[in-house]
Amino acid sequence: MWPIIQIELFKIYKRPRTYIAFGAIAALILVIQMGLKIDGEAYAAFLMKDINDTLTVDGKVLNGYLICYILLQLLLVHVPLLVALIAADMLSGEANLGTLRLLFTTPYSRTQWVLAKFVAASIYTILLLIWLAFLALFMSMWIFGTDDLFLMKSNYVVLIQEQDVFWRYLGAFVFASFSLLTVAALGFLMSSLANNSIGPIVATISAIVFFTILSTLNIPLFNVVKPYLFTTHMNNWKEFFDIQVNDSNDAITGSILNVAKIKNSIIILTIHIGLFVGASVWIMKKKDILS
Amino acid sequence: MSVIKVQGLSKSFGALKAVDQLSFEVEAGQVYGFLGQNGSGKSTTIRMLLSLIHPTQGHIEIFGQSLSDNRSAILEQIGAVIERPDLYPYLTAQEHLTLFAKLRKQKITAAKIEATLAQVGLLSRANDKVQTYSLGMKQRLGIGIALLHDPQLIILDEPTNGLDPQGIADIRQLIKSLSKDQGKTVLVSSHLLSEIEQIASHILIIHQGKKMAEGPKSSLLDPNKTIVQIKTLDDQDAKQKLIASVYQSNLLERTEGLYLTIPKLEIPALNAFIVSSNIDLVSLEAKNSLEDYFLQLTSTF
Repeated sequence: MWPIIQIELFKIYKRPRTYIAFGAIAALILVIQMGLKIDGEAYAAFLMKDINDTLTVDGKVLNGYLICYILLQLLLVHVPLLVALIAADMLSGEANLGTLRLLFTTPYSRTQWVLAKFVAASIYTILLLIWLAFLALFMSMWIFGTDDLFLMKSNYVVLIQEQDVFWRYLGAFVFASFSLLTVAALGFLMSSLANNSIGPIVATISAIVFFTILSTLNIPLFNVVKPYLFTTHMNNWKEFFDIQVNDSNDAITGSILNVAKIKNSIIILTIHIGLFVGASVWIMKKKDILS
Repeated sequence: MSVIKVQGLSKSFGALKAVDQLSFEVEAGQVYGFLGQNGSGKSTTIRMLLSLIHPTQGHIEIFGQSLSDNRSAILEQIGAVIERPDLYPYLTAQEHLTLFAKLRKQKITAAKIEATLAQVGLLSRANDKVQTYSLGMKQRLGIGIALLHDPQLIILDEPTNGLDPQGIADIRQLIKSLSKDQGKTVLVSSHLLSEIEQIASHILIIHQGKKMAEGPKSSLLDPNKTIVQIKTLDDQDAKQKLIASVYQSNLLERTEGLYLTIPKLEIPALNAFIVSSNIDLVSLEAKNSLEDYFLQLTSTF
């Protein structure tokens, strides 16, 4: 199957649309980094204004680690939309072009083609995430330096020592790859249902928005299904930044408050990926290629 | 030996029966012409031969093997251009051929790719993106992709679409050469009946998904089976007189007009019979080109 994965990767590499997402991420991150570099102290003062009377913070609050956290909070909501731009076009775009019949009259089976396309879309997604990590984490570390990570949650603050932060980001990015692959798989499923490019992209984005609203609303009827919705779990990369404390309320270095929650989310997301891709294969095997 | 053997092939899309109990055989080395009006079921049949569309009913054997059981092995030996030459606009001709070369079991060398580009007349534009190509150039690249792996069976659906006269002549020559010099089997459909007439050795005509006629071109254009169209002032009266005569078995069933199939040499006798029977004859016309035959079969039912 490797030759067809290579072909799919080559096509992604040659398509101008591929670079929109990379360009958009770079532009957003660089603009935010530039803004914070110029006016970051004022921003940090604004963040801290409620606790300045009760807490004295030494060191550099606005360091590369905090910048990365801010960027991920902003971007990991929007990156799925960029992933959908490619993943939701993988099958329907070919149907729209008419090239699906070129592929499906080769000796490779439809299942192999669909899986190869998903692997290629996944590699694209991972590369996008690596690009995001490079800009958001490494560039921020380079521009702003590093220090302890000080996070303000809704009703508590978290302070993670500098040497205990980096691996958490690695974990968060690995987790985010599951979230984004779920989006890619959903886009893929939508793509298998249509013969045009725009419909599946819009449908994927709409589905994410719809399920995100269901995940957010605190209504008893929706609470039953919430644990099983992929959107409930997509943002749980933040769990890597909640830390256990000992009896003296001191942070335990290297600990995560709720490991089980992360594991559960990864399992739910993996099941969704499997279901979405499996359904795509089934639909494409049954489909008459009329385009 | 039959390269393609189709038995009782049907395909329905909801209530529409696109192909209805179609059976035919294509022998090795033949150039098999597939004729039919738009919507007659040609492309649906070709797509079923390439496993793009699942048949509702029927059986397809290619190279003596069931298509449903041996799809991969069969498609390894087929090259096809289906309707429009749809390609990737952001890739060059060279990149297209290089990509599709990877999909074949046998190693396709760079020299073979270059030879194929030359064969379809795209060598000078090999490194230009397809989005800059004319329709004819795209069609030629599509044919290049189909021929790249030296397939035994070549299926071409409307291969001369969009080509200029020289391009059409080149493709015609190429198809003849593939069959005559290389022993390839070619199934070709076209709306240009004159094209089929010039290149095909055997012809299948379908209409509304059903087989109308099949056989060697020489038999379809057999002077012993000349189609004669008779126009009269009173077709009903003329028809009754013909039914009551020796020409009853020569009458073709049509909803409109009067048609008979008779040996060309007997046309004068038919003419004499019409005159002696006091049929008010307006015209009597012998149809012996493939186009006439095709139109007779498909337009008057």
